[in-house]
Amino acid sequence: MIPAGFDYHAPTTIGEATALLSRLGDDAKVLSGGQSLIPLLKLRLASPRHLVDINRIPGLGYVKEADGALRIGALTREADLEESEAVRTRYPLLADAARTIADPLVRNLATVAGNLAHGDPANDHPAVMLALGAEIVATGPSGERRIPIVSFFRGPFETALKGDELLTEIRVPAPAPRSGGAYVKLERKVGDFATAAVAVQLTLAADGTCSTVGIGLTNVGLTPIKAEKAEAALRGKRLDEATIREAGQLAADAARPEADLRGSVEYKKDVVRVLTMRALRKAAERAGGDR
Amino acid sequence: MNVQVTINGEKLSADVEPRLLLVHLIREVFRLTGTHIGCDTTHCGACTVLLDGRPVKSCTMFAVQANGREIQTVEGLEQDGALHPLQESFMAEHGLQCGYCTPGMLMTSKAFLEKHPSPSEDDIRRAISGNLCRCTGYVNIVKAVQHAAAKLRATAPAGGAR
Repeated sequence: MIPAGFDYHAPTTIGEATALLSRLGDDAKVLSGGQSLIPLLKLRLASPRHLVDINRIPGLGYVKEADGALRIGALTREADLEESEAVRTRYPLLADAARTIADPLVRNLATVAGNLAHGDPANDHPAVMLALGAEIVATGPSGERRIPIVSFFRGPFETALKGDELLTEIRVPAPAPRSGGAYVKLERKVGDFATAAVAVQLTLAADGTCSTVGIGLTNVGLTPIKAEKAEAALRGKRLDEATIREAGQLAADAARPEADLRGSVEYKKDVVRVLTMRALRKAAERAGGDR
Repeated sequence: MNVQVTINGEKLSADVEPRLLLVHLIREVFRLTGTHIGCDTTHCGACTVLLDGRPVKSCTMFAVQANGREIQTVEGLEQDGALHPLQESFMAEHGLQCGYCTPGMLMTSKAFLEKHPSPSEDDIRRAISGNLCRCTGYVNIVKAVQHAAAKLRATAPAGGAR
């Protein structure tokens, strides 16, 4: 399959890229890892007249801890996240997600930032970042602004990024002591989108109760969903089986899936219920809790 | 646009449309047809090549993106008439039937074994999970990769495989 023709731009600075985006307007798309965009272009579901390839901008591929946050650059590949020592040892939720996205070959090109900027509720990082309470750094011609992840996803394939902005960094708050996370995904086969998946990040207080918790749901709505009622039901509670069951049900209630080849509405909601319970147990265990 | 790439150690260049996919540059412009096109939708991995040493799906990248970079294809595995240990192992362990997925399997396995010289079966299965085979059921492919790993460990100087 051959995409429609386009003009190719390969800026070498962020300033050059945002100036191009500003000038070209709606006719331009940003090309980063390309693992979502190029399939769309080949199917001609999108035919932008200009592609702005940001891969030639140096210094954007990094994972580092600084100033109380894990910072992930615009061109950090999923494989880099998977291999990061910091991620493997201190951000188990990110580590879980990184190894379940698409397949290992796709992960060598696909970027974390692209996974978010694409705005696809079936992608994995959106729910993960909702659970982690991440912050998005967007850079446009007039400078940089920070967007809390809860206000980033506006609709299917629609984000808070403006047409002339690049997603330049993702900041994940460093976990407090006795924190843990987990991403549990049901997929029909490697590389498929999730039937449903649940991201949990939590912190336990000294008395074993849950002091903070974030829960994100993948591919069960038009946007990724933050299961706020389930979170509220857990806060300040010990994570005993009854509490976990209640949270699972509340998360299922928050899901708004559509029936498709992956299952019916009822089935997907029940998958969310079960995966939420599993993710909570795993996250609590990783946080060092005895429940 | 002019694209210059190094393929299997040889510097090559071509004038291409930006929309030309990397796999088409390799197969149709440079006539290296060992790299296959299977699904053409980023699923099957038949088009796998190594880009600066990392396996990628060449149907999901534009040729212009590879400008200035190094590519390895299945044609580069054989050296001076001698098959690569992976190729020998795929023969010895019957790691192929129709052979369509084999170039991709070989390239993914090559990059994988360079990083993981002593992999477990589970590691191998994960590593090739982006390469689909519809004939073998993977059993003999996994055996072939294990066989090659042992061969490479036996022949490689300390510090890594070829």
